[in-house]
Amino acid sequence: MLYREAGDFKTSYAKDQQTFPILFDRWGYFIMLALAFIVGPMIINDYWLNAVVLPFLIYSIAALGLNILTGYCGQVSLGTGGFMAVGAYASYKLMTSFPDLNIAIVIILSGGVTALVGILFGLPSLRIKGFYLAVATLAAQFFLVWLFNKVPWFYNYSASGQISAPERTIFGYAISGANALPHISYLFCLTFVVILAWGARNLTRGVNGRKWMAIRDMDIAAEIIGVNPLKTKLTAFAISSFYIGIAGALLFAVYLGAAEVGEAFGITKSFLVLFMIIIGGLGSIFGSFAGAAFMILMPVLLKNIFVGQMGWPTDLAAHMEFVIVGGLIMVFLILEPHGLAALWRTAKEKLRLWPFPH
Amino acid sequence: MSANFYYGIEVFLNGLMAGVMYSLVALGFVLIFKASGIFNYAQGVMALFAALCLVGFQSGQIPFAHVINATFGTEIHHFGWHMPALLAIVCTLMMMILFAFLVEKFVLKHLVNQEPIILFMATIGLAYFMEGFGDLMWGSDIKKLDVGIPQGGNLWLEENTAFLGGDDFYGFYIDNLDIWATIFAAILVTALILFSQYTKTGRALRAVADDHQAALSVGISLRAIWVIVWSIAGFVALVAGIMWGSKSGVQFSLSLIALKALPVLMLGGFTSIPGAIIGGLIIGVGEKMFEFLIGAPFLGGATENWFAYMLALLFLVFRPQGLFGEKIIERV
Repeated sequence: MLYREAGDFKTSYAKDQQTFPILFDRWGYFIMLALAFIVGPMIINDYWLNAVVLPFLIYSIAALGLNILTGYCGQVSLGTGGFMAVGAYASYKLMTSFPDLNIAIVIILSGGVTALVGILFGLPSLRIKGFYLAVATLAAQFFLVWLFNKVPWFYNYSASGQISAPERTIFGYAISGANALPHISYLFCLTFVVILAWGARNLTRGVNGRKWMAIRDMDIAAEIIGVNPLKTKLTAFAISSFYIGIAGALLFAVYLGAAEVGEAFGITKSFLVLFMIIIGGLGSIFGSFAGAAFMILMPVLLKNIFVGQMGWPTDLAAHMEFVIVGGLIMVFLILEPHGLAALWRTAKEKLRLWPFPH
Repeated sequence: MSANFYYGIEVFLNGLMAGVMYSLVALGFVLIFKASGIFNYAQGVMALFAALCLVGFQSGQIPFAHVINATFGTEIHHFGWHMPALLAIVCTLMMMILFAFLVEKFVLKHLVNQEPIILFMATIGLAYFMEGFGDLMWGSDIKKLDVGIPQGGNLWLEENTAFLGGDDFYGFYIDNLDIWATIFAAILVTALILFSQYTKTGRALRAVADDHQAALSVGISLRAIWVIVWSIAGFVALVAGIMWGSKSGVQFSLSLIALKALPVLMLGGFTSIPGAIIGGLIIGVGEKMFEFLIGAPFLGGATENWFAYMLALLFLVFRPQGLFGEKIIERV
């Protein structure tokens, strides 16, 4: 009743193929976007922005990227942290080498650089499959982190080995550096998220997405029906790395401001993003967002409960968090291997009939 | 012969010893993978957990003391005894068997017939869970593990090899602990091979590894086998935990040895016990020699973090199933 597809007739192919073919969905997304762009900046305060909203936006880009590779193309990657580091260091080098370049272009270019690195590390995926590949992507993780740590050119020979974002502006407002305005950063990241999510949705339901899914479901069968595994796997690696690189660049330039590679882009980041897509749902755009929101909100919530309410010391609370995260992942995999996205799908099914189930 | 050449040999020997330590961890992976097709990421954390329990039992710590103190405002820490090392090891072994049982009951049983990648991710969840649980149970401070294995350089070897080089060569430096680790690893592997070849359970294990359905049809209980395999993996983890814990203290970073064992597995093949040993030796020697010859002089050091992975990656491109892995045959 509330959510329905019936009575929504399409009279042209263009209408049938639009991004959100169901009227209810379309209006829902428009209203959400309007809220996010217009009402969001008005009501949100700095604490929420920095603790929850900005990391959520940035990690949902990374989750989208990893979901394209792992959820849609079936290539498990544990190198997300390393690729985010590539994005971050590319944006740092671009910002310091070309001070006049617009920050938006810098971030897109760093995504491009990461895509190239992604293709390079994606090449072995043609020979190596499954677990062997998952472990092989760890090579990218460790090698890239080591590279950014040991080659001083990447951090401009700074004494501390850290990189810190210089001040850059967009339309005259600072969005990186010490004087960054949180609300402008929010809108900047939100714009990226909207464009990239729209792109991901359309990529995954088009020719490319179908090829990826064919490779995921069974690569030999896909090859036999004419899907080129080389091109398909490498485009998945490239586009996924592009997204992850943008997430890394935003994380460094807009959110962190300064970063040390081992700490900010270590292997824990790879697992964090992987958990996001598992909990959110493999092979689902909505799932990437749901998972990112879950993994960002839960630590904040748990910290409030254990440290704020029960008065535990922070280290105990951190251990409890590990237990709960690990437990939840197992529970999710047992009860709902397809994640939050599948729950949402079930909810929609139910809503279709509600409140008159007969 | 120049002293540098002998240092090279010393590095080579130490690489072999380090390789044995990697193999110890890799063995646990192979056992579980062979028997249940599960790539158990939690193996490293199992070693950490075993070592934590061992130290806890030995020093008579009260489990969950920190949590109890934080919740009820009490001040309890120790039972006030010191358990002998052997008894503590037995108690820890009991814990690991209990753990294997619980994992089978609450996790694996429900995930039968899922895709391997889902199982792999479940073990990552398990690793997180155990890491937090171990810290909650025993506290996260760095602990010293001492079960009476001698440590420090082997003086006898050092004195008797000093004549080889010139005045600036003082003999080979090899840690006693590493020598003992090698001996234990040899005993462990022999025992495992004897067990799997000459006992009824061992034969059942091999049957399950060979073909799940065929094993089921001749009356082998899959669930019992899984508990046994996870218990054995827990035992291997305990040995690895004792060795690594004595070497570098029992702390969070101990769980990262799993990451050291992964390239060993890739190189040796996921399904082969000899592969785990030989892969470990190749990786151990390879990374130490690379660091000694190329990494430290030319690349700024710390190449050990990634060299093993790159070696394994390059190797896999030419032989995707690893050195001794079963040939991967794919059918549509």
